[in-house]
Amino acid sequence: MNRRRLIITIASLFTLCAGLFAVGDTYIYDVWNNIEKSPDVYRVVDVIYAEDFGLDKKFSAPANIFCNDNKLFVVDSGNNRIIEAEYTASKKIQYIRTIDSFNAPDGIVNTFANPTDVFVNKDGSYFIADRDNGRVVKLDKDLNYLLTFIEPDDATYEKGKTFLPEKVVADAKGRAYVLARNVNKGFIKYEDDGTFTGFYGASEVTYEWTDYIWKKFSTRAQRDQMESFVPTEYSGCYMDPEGFIYATVKTFKPWELLSDQAKPIRRLNALGDDILIKDEVPPVGDLQWGTSVGLDSPSHFNDVTVLENDIYVVVDENRGRIFGYNNQGYLLYAFSNSGNIEGFFRLPAAVDHINRDLFVLDQTNASVTVFTPTKFGHMIYDATDYYAKGEYDKSAAEWEQVLKLNGNYDLAYEGLGKSYLRQNKYKEAMEYFKTKRFRKSYSKAFMYYRKEWIEAHLGAVMLVLCIIIFTPFIVKFIRNFVRELKSL
Amino acid sequence: MSYITKKLSAFKKKETYAHFLKTLRYSLYVIGHPADGYWDLIHAKRGSYAAANFMVILAMLTHIWKLRYTSFLFINVNWEEVNVIKEFATILLPLVIFVICNWASTTLFDGKGHLGDIYMGTGYALTPYCLLQIPMIIMSNFITKDEGAFYEVLNTVSFVWVLVLLFMAMMMIHQYSFGKTLLFTFITIFAMLVFIFIMMLFFSLISQGVAYFVSLVREVIFRLN
Repeated sequence: MNRRRLIITIASLFTLCAGLFAVGDTYIYDVWNNIEKSPDVYRVVDVIYAEDFGLDKKFSAPANIFCNDNKLFVVDSGNNRIIEAEYTASKKIQYIRTIDSFNAPDGIVNTFANPTDVFVNKDGSYFIADRDNGRVVKLDKDLNYLLTFIEPDDATYEKGKTFLPEKVVADAKGRAYVLARNVNKGFIKYEDDGTFTGFYGASEVTYEWTDYIWKKFSTRAQRDQMESFVPTEYSGCYMDPEGFIYATVKTFKPWELLSDQAKPIRRLNALGDDILIKDEVPPVGDLQWGTSVGLDSPSHFNDVTVLENDIYVVVDENRGRIFGYNNQGYLLYAFSNSGNIEGFFRLPAAVDHINRDLFVLDQTNASVTVFTPTKFGHMIYDATDYYAKGEYDKSAAEWEQVLKLNGNYDLAYEGLGKSYLRQNKYKEAMEYFKTKRFRKSYSKAFMYYRKEWIEAHLGAVMLVLCIIIFTPFIVKFIRNFVRELKSL
Repeated sequence: MSYITKKLSAFKKKETYAHFLKTLRYSLYVIGHPADGYWDLIHAKRGSYAAANFMVILAMLTHIWKLRYTSFLFINVNWEEVNVIKEFATILLPLVIFVICNWASTTLFDGKGHLGDIYMGTGYALTPYCLLQIPMIIMSNFITKDEGAFYEVLNTVSFVWVLVLLFMAMMMIHQYSFGKTLLFTFITIFAMLVFIFIMMLFFSLISQGVAYFVSLVREVIFRLN
């Protein structure tokens, strides 16, 4: 009796604790767009609140975080300050300073009003989106005022609304790209001296021809009621090391996602066109939306960050999820969820990274969650890294390890297949590609295999071809011969 | 009973097979010369139900073979989720509904075809589908994705050919003019939609009626216990 009670106690304890540690929720989508569970790719190092920095006031609606080298900046919008901290090699965060004012000449306000973003350029200069002051200020590394980017005074800019800059990135030459609320023409681009030079990366205006016809037949009053054909606004942006801007979009029609018309994640080139490489299934976050907790809508990305080898990570505010994609647009992992426990989010507003560690800002919870890759996560990154460097054997060895931990990790099959392809072992490569239906790679391997096969069996192939071509002639000849014999 | 035995005894005769093969071979003439071919098919009795049945069954099998054996470069099917009955139905159901609706609409407007004639014409019209798709299944395993254009073109041709044949079949079987056939094509499509709608209504009503009695009986059993 006593023993049974003990067993029941232990069992129930385990069941209770399972809920506490139920963070093992990493998954990928397989070739049939079904969820495949995966070992964890990231684990939580720490969840940081304002108190952990030794600050009196809690974060109030923090809008953004920014990472540069090993520095971490938290934009504490509600308290009009920016916290600068250092991320040490032992994965600890050390408070450095609070930026709430700067050295400015007379006549210029030297404090912030609801700052929403900070960007630190390679030369150490700060770009701070000072939202309620309607400006983006540029400071040097000692916080001396350099210049401000103000509301454009240009014919192309529609005036009459308050100028509310929300996000800012800058390129190596000091040109600033600003996203402002209510401006839907894309990024506002400034030269390094603060002059407005136009809009950049406006998403193309899309409309259905049915809408167009419908509009033709409606009255002016009805037309005004209707949604006008306007391009969408960006929700987050990131300047990658090559100088391309990654941006996310939250407003789109859900049915346009899989046909790649919605483009929730974009990589913009100098002309402002989307040049993101996509797989057969474009990177759109969750593919199965389900109906749990009343959520049946697609992922809505709030921010994007780009790791080494063009691996990009986005956060979904809808389900509090994080998605990682490789440079081919293939899903590497998806994890986390909405919730209060460590590693889950209530409203993930921003994401950034230092090396392979991710920092996710939870706006509602006023905290920063620090993630570091697990062994499995490092394997995936290493394999990608080796492949990008051209060390295919090492890459294959890593994928081999990945498969040992997770036989359902589809990308590993492609990785191994590609390595066989490099070694001219086409038959094996085809096997791997076929297992997980990598059409493009399979087609390529098959092309080489077919060529090799035909070359190896050239004699036989030629013989068969000759037979096919000459059989009718021979038959005809024999028939004629027989006929002539008979007529003799 | 005597009818069945008579039919069965026909299987023992050699002429039955000869006739079947002859009418089946005639389908090759029909797909090449639809106007002439369909006229003779019905009016000179050069077709047979056996051949039409054969073509329909072959079309259903071709559809399954296509899903199973086409290279995954062109058709990516999760074979574990394929329901063979359902796949048969995707060929058979539209065919049956088309035949019924076409007969129902044309018979009111002096269409000369009987229900059987329409079925035979439709069956024969499926010939190019089988004839093209089967070699395509084999071909797909020898070409790469870049050469997929050949596959796509052949695929389109096979469907367009079938549609053209169907159109010609209607024209010849009912002895309609071109314009009238076009008109009745649209009417048939409309009738098919109505048919499907009524069927769905019927099934949902029936299932609700059945569910009512099932729950009634359950309640009674529950009370008796």
